[in-house]
Amino acid sequence: MSARLATGGRLIDRKRRFGFRFDGRRYTGHPGDTLASALLANGQMVQGRSFKYHRPRGLVGSGPEEPNALMGIGTGARFEPNQRATVAELHEDLVAVSQNRWPSLAFDVGAVNARLSKVFPAGFYYKTFLWPRAFWKHVYEPIIRHSAGLGRPPKERDADTYEHFYAHVDVLIVGGGIAGLSAALEAGRSGARVLLIEQTAHWGGRAMVDGPEIGGGSAEDWVKSALQELGAMGNVTLRNRCSGAGVYDHGYALAQEKMTDHDPAAGGPRHRLWRIRAKRIVTATGAIERPLSFAANDLPGVMLASALRDYVVNWGVSAGDRTVIVTNNDDAYRTALALADAGLVVPVVLDARPKADGALPQAVRARGIRVETGRGIAHVAGKSGVTGVAICAQSGEGAVLEEIGCDAVAMSGGWSPVVHLWSHCGGKLWWDDARAMFRPDHDRPPTGDDGAGFVRPAGISDGMISTLEVIENAMKAGRAAARDCGFDSTEAALPEVQEPAEAPLLPVWLMPQGAGIELREKMWLDYQNDVKVSDVQLAAREGYESVEHAKRYTTLGMATDQGKLSNINGLAVLSAQLGSPIPQVGTTTFRPPWTPISMGAIAGAARDGLFQPVRRTPMQGWHDSHGAAYEPVGHWRRPYSYPRGDETRHAAAAREVKNARQHLGMLDASTLGKIVVKGPDAGRFLDMIYTNVMSTLKVGRCRYGLICSENGFLTDDGVVARIDDDTWLCHTTTGGADRIHAHMEDWLQTEWWDWKVYTANLTEHYAQIAVVGPQARALLQRLGGLDLSAEALPFMGWAEGRLGDYHARVFRISFSGELSFEVAVQADQGLALWRELLDKGADLGVMPYGTEAMHILRAEKGFIMIGDETDGTVIPQDLGLDWAISKKKPDYIGKRAQARSHMADPERWKLVGLETSDRSVLDEGAYVIADGANANGQCNTQGRVTSTYHSPTFDRGIAMALLHRGPDRIGEEVEVSRIGGGTVTARVVDPVLYDKMGERMNG
Amino acid sequence: MAELKITQAGPTGMITLRGDLSDQGLQELCTGLTGTGFPDRLGAETGDDTGLFWMSPDELLLLLPQDRVAEALRRIAEALEGQHHLAADVSGARALFTVEGAWVRELLAKLTPADLHPASLGTGQIRRSHLGQVAAAFWLPREGVARIICFRSVADYMRELLEVSSRAGPVGHF
Repeated sequence: MSARLATGGRLIDRKRRFGFRFDGRRYTGHPGDTLASALLANGQMVQGRSFKYHRPRGLVGSGPEEPNALMGIGTGARFEPNQRATVAELHEDLVAVSQNRWPSLAFDVGAVNARLSKVFPAGFYYKTFLWPRAFWKHVYEPIIRHSAGLGRPPKERDADTYEHFYAHVDVLIVGGGIAGLSAALEAGRSGARVLLIEQTAHWGGRAMVDGPEIGGGSAEDWVKSALQELGAMGNVTLRNRCSGAGVYDHGYALAQEKMTDHDPAAGGPRHRLWRIRAKRIVTATGAIERPLSFAANDLPGVMLASALRDYVVNWGVSAGDRTVIVTNNDDAYRTALALADAGLVVPVVLDARPKADGALPQAVRARGIRVETGRGIAHVAGKSGVTGVAICAQSGEGAVLEEIGCDAVAMSGGWSPVVHLWSHCGGKLWWDDARAMFRPDHDRPPTGDDGAGFVRPAGISDGMISTLEVIENAMKAGRAAARDCGFDSTEAALPEVQEPAEAPLLPVWLMPQGAGIELREKMWLDYQNDVKVSDVQLAAREGYESVEHAKRYTTLGMATDQGKLSNINGLAVLSAQLGSPIPQVGTTTFRPPWTPISMGAIAGAARDGLFQPVRRTPMQGWHDSHGAAYEPVGHWRRPYSYPRGDETRHAAAAREVKNARQHLGMLDASTLGKIVVKGPDAGRFLDMIYTNVMSTLKVGRCRYGLICSENGFLTDDGVVARIDDDTWLCHTTTGGADRIHAHMEDWLQTEWWDWKVYTANLTEHYAQIAVVGPQARALLQRLGGLDLSAEALPFMGWAEGRLGDYHARVFRISFSGELSFEVAVQADQGLALWRELLDKGADLGVMPYGTEAMHILRAEKGFIMIGDETDGTVIPQDLGLDWAISKKKPDYIGKRAQARSHMADPERWKLVGLETSDRSVLDEGAYVIADGANANGQCNTQGRVTSTYHSPTFDRGIAMALLHRGPDRIGEEVEVSRIGGGTVTARVVDPVLYDKMGERMNG
Repeated sequence: MAELKITQAGPTGMITLRGDLSDQGLQELCTGLTGTGFPDRLGAETGDDTGLFWMSPDELLLLLPQDRVAEALRRIAEALEGQHHLAADVSGARALFTVEGAWVRELLAKLTPADLHPASLGTGQIRRSHLGQVAAAFWLPREGVARIICFRSVADYMRELLEVSSRAGPVGHF
């Protein structure tokens, strides 16, 4: 049974204790413990259940590679699932719950799946739940979803806060082991701006456990002095608990810093997402030890050799009293030495290699520990924990030579460099046969804008093994990265390193190499997803030969660990099965993030009121306090209507329509785009931007215009006013302001860069109020100043001057069909003018109206609305707007496209009005149906509804629609679909229903 | 945790001027209006209550007391008569914030992808970028003070963004 040792544990503070809870039970640990080490110290070897078979699972690793010990940590609004116990630092009162088990970790009903594992091979779900088809959605999927899945999502809103931070550096170094530190020293000495990040709370990486002598002292001393030197450099920033998550194009990198997970009482943001721009990135990300594939290698107590010694050395915790070590390399012998140092028993080291005469094996033999070469594990004995191993010849088929009792197994299949960050942005790998590992290919790095590689691997992650070569390689990488950024430094001397030399490993992908099926289907490759050697072999036999296909078929390397332990072993098995070499099979794609980052960190400050900016007009406060019912229009919130008392928003809109028609309405039109266009070539430019002619517009006059994309489609409309000889003011739709301004600048800067035209988006400089209805003029004249009589200011004219206390520009334009003025004043005057108009117009029956009334008013009048009648596939000709398209102009944006045969086709759907025979309101987007059905058995269509309202003016449903040859079919009856089935009969009519002669606009 | 002070300025006159920035007459006109030097590329020249900012290769922003805007526009129109340019009053379109405190650079670096390192954004320089999800221009008239311009419609968002980010405390990077 695992336990805390009497002494040792370099990271823990034995003088203090933390209380914590796991699955409701109280335990204690020490400051410096991880949740995993603290549980192990309390004898809790089983820390999770597997995904598919619900097998009990113990710790395998000691870091971010851990596949099993996933837990929910925290409670209530601070609960987060799928956290790794191996990287969760213990704190006072930590609360954790195990996952994927029911009803308890010790007894899980789902474990029956494991007994049935023979009928649950790879592809089981795909093959089994195909039939009957309807069962998938309602029967199979709910059951599978209930029993599968890892953590449960949190139920409450996250109580923590998060933030982003943008950092620009010359050199980003990911990984704070001796490689990262060496690289940082070199880059830092050159004067470059350096950011060094380390995912754990501690610097020095594996060297602190594996104990080489560096520079004549301990690794610990060397790390300490390196940190001192780096700390003194003003150009170097060090961040621990900060994990490099992803590398992207142009030297962009993401890292997540965990500020309070280890100390929730500290306050402040929980996580910080570092958004880094680096000229060069050095990945000093180390390596991950590989498991070995032998039968029952998933029993709790079977661990990576390095992890086992980490628990002993770092946290003073033993996984068991008697540990059998099984290896194919020298490094695992360090575990034997560490265990022996701690007074624990190693009954035997099983080495798959025919001989093991290196310095480390000799040292182990010298301690009196039995070493057996050419041997492997036939199977591990035990039910929910290790009770012993059966030894076999590695070269055989698994005949048991000897059984040895033990309660832990330390395995090592060699090391895989962490090449994730190197690979994220396209760095390629090569397979080193001698070292049996994929290594970064320096000739094919991820390249930046200068065509040069912008990522340099360093140390173990570059395939180095000995400490000396790690330091030398990393110093070189740090120096080169700085040099790439223009910073040179003189080469520092290599420190002396004392450590035992290591003999080469022997690649072992199957133990024993001739294992039969009954062993292979008990050899786990992927602990998290329950993928076994036999599953990968089955996938290959069934034709999933690509490593990417095999991954998806078997789920090897999926989920939260993304195959950190399983990928290389899995593809080696695939490669053997396919009979093609490992480099030809290749790896699956490494994608960010390296380890999961929190949703909170991704959102940063963008939550609650900051989730999305809401644009506010100068009169928004008034709308707020007068009960406006809002609708989103772009980032604006515009009043939809102003309900009174218990009036519905629709009833309010109907009242507002009637009032505007009969008396006086006011609309906050401030959101409409206002772009000023000025210059000697402005007229010529606007003749290109608009479909009609703007250059001939007289000063003081307004003209309605259409803007099309170069593909001919109608994209915006609005009223253009000519301000002076070379200045025009273009009104756009609310949503079009920024887009049309960009459209204009796009053409000016890229196509007509030699035209003398300047534009400026003045949308927000003005508050604009539409004053609408028979009493509109009467109200404005009460303010005094500008002469707004029909003679002085005719329809489609504008005037500028004093209006009461305001400097105003008044446009006599109408989107409602009524007598109407739009009054623009500087934004900070808008609210005062709004209030004064309401005040002075009270006896005239003035009433504000919202966007719904605006829509109804224009629809009654047959005016189109961008976004309703247009959807990116509609040309002005479809909408009967031929009158607004100049035939004389040699060109405008969209002209050529509109001449294409399909655009000029008389068979297109064109704008009409529809009147239902029963006066009902048609559904939004309803189809006008046609005879017959298409190839998919769907009803044919001949048109669709684009706008539909209840008209208060006519007290009936009115609609606009695009209909096949519509204008030729006035008077015809058509059938329009209904949501929920059936149709309604409608008569095709002229879209202009109200005041066809346009007399009311004259008041 | 050192506090930052966040304030929103009252009405401030702002004029966008587009034209040929290499023109000597235009340069003298602008410096005459603001009483500052003429900014280089990315430059921010500031006086007591005025400023002259390089916004793009053909665009300047003039900062003036609001009651001087009308006269300034008149003088621009006069001086640049017959010369291609565009001058527009944008005072109503903008909101202006001031943030003061030791770690003002870090506050901005939480919100903008622009490089806030003193070696990249010195005092006397302006950046047009975004803060959070909205467009913004900002400059440091001196260390420990940042001024921020954004659109008026998102002033509430900007204030809350600055306050929330300020409450979260410094980062310790610069």
